[in-house]
Amino acid sequence: MNACPERIVHFMHEYLDGEISREHELELKSHLQSCEACQAHMHELSDVVAFVKGAAHIEAPNDFNHSVIARLPKEKSSAGVSKWLRRHPVLAAAAMFLLLMSSALFTNFNDEQQFSFTKQENVLVEGETVIIPEGQVVKGDLVVRNGDVQIDGELDGNLTIINGTAYMASTANVTGTSEEINEVFDWLWFHIKDGAKNVVSFFEKEDK
Amino acid sequence: MDALVNKRIKQVLKGDKDAFAEIVDLYQHRLFQVCFRMLGNRHEAEDIAQEAFVRAFINIHTFDQKRKFSTWLYRIATNLCIDRIRKKKPDYYLDAEVRGTEGLDMYSQIAASDELPEEELMKLELQERIQYEISRLPDKYRSAIVLKYMEELSLQEISEILDLPLGTVKTRIHRGREALRKQLSRQPHI
Repeated sequence: MNACPERIVHFMHEYLDGEISREHELELKSHLQSCEACQAHMHELSDVVAFVKGAAHIEAPNDFNHSVIARLPKEKSSAGVSKWLRRHPVLAAAAMFLLLMSSALFTNFNDEQQFSFTKQENVLVEGETVIIPEGQVVKGDLVVRNGDVQIDGELDGNLTIINGTAYMASTANVTGTSEEINEVFDWLWFHIKDGAKNVVSFFEKEDK
Repeated sequence: MDALVNKRIKQVLKGDKDAFAEIVDLYQHRLFQVCFRMLGNRHEAEDIAQEAFVRAFINIHTFDQKRKFSTWLYRIATNLCIDRIRKKKPDYYLDAEVRGTEGLDMYSQIAASDELPEEELMKLELQERIQYEISRLPDKYRSAIVLKYMEELSLQEISEILDLPLGTVKTRIHRGREALRKQLSRQPHI
């Protein structure tokens, strides 16, 4: 076989690739007829091709498709959101602030369903009603949540009632402002005003 | 087929995951087969083939729709397979697990840390024997042989998938055939 030109083996592969020219094919055929070793080589190569082509077709497992879909990254829209956040950090911070603030307010609103009031002297409590008896003077602000207020005497301060009603006797006297808050939006508004007042007073203090 | 695939790709680009599921349906068996033949192990093949689809989904905007989608997919998958093979020990192809193909309940697992002795080789089913011989090829030749004879792709397509000149692909297939010839002639014939 050593005597055989190297190109013969090359022609064998050209033949197997189906890309052999007419001249090469003729040379290969005439050589194979006269050389047993090359004939055997050619035979073995054909066997290799038949052997590999004998491989069975393999199918993916049944749940393959589902597994792929489960592995895909989450919706592209979330990528869009994070891109937007990165581009607008100030707006993102503002949005985050508003979100936290509002959620805090709403949870507060829901949490505070219980009857409560500012502790003051000279005040009576009957059930869920805070009473300022006739002739009594309460000094300071009074805040009542989830209850009513009955004023027969005098309140020297602001009165705020959340989810309740104020009953004023003819003798009643409230020196400050009187407010009733019954709805969520009133509640929000109250917090905003309250916050604004705090901010303003904070700046006033700064000025001093 | 290409028109349908391109339509689905446009839908995927708009964020439609169901359209991608249809693409997976069209190519899953071909891609799984390549991975299995390259890796010789169903679990790894499943993992890598899935990963190939996930990468295709993520990078689908980089696919040029004038080209053949299957070529692009095969390229992702074969690159992942070759990476996986190279991460294994240097004697990977002697070390590869060999498993049966169809009728998988009867597969036998062989840790071919060395050439199998003759009597063991005789016990292999034909399909196990094919996978065993393929797994013993160096990965350079293995990918070319698998794409040519198991996926039945043209030399031109293989050259695009492997990103190699046509001449290099031919050389690898020739050498692969010669390597298999030697493997088979040294051992009992089927």
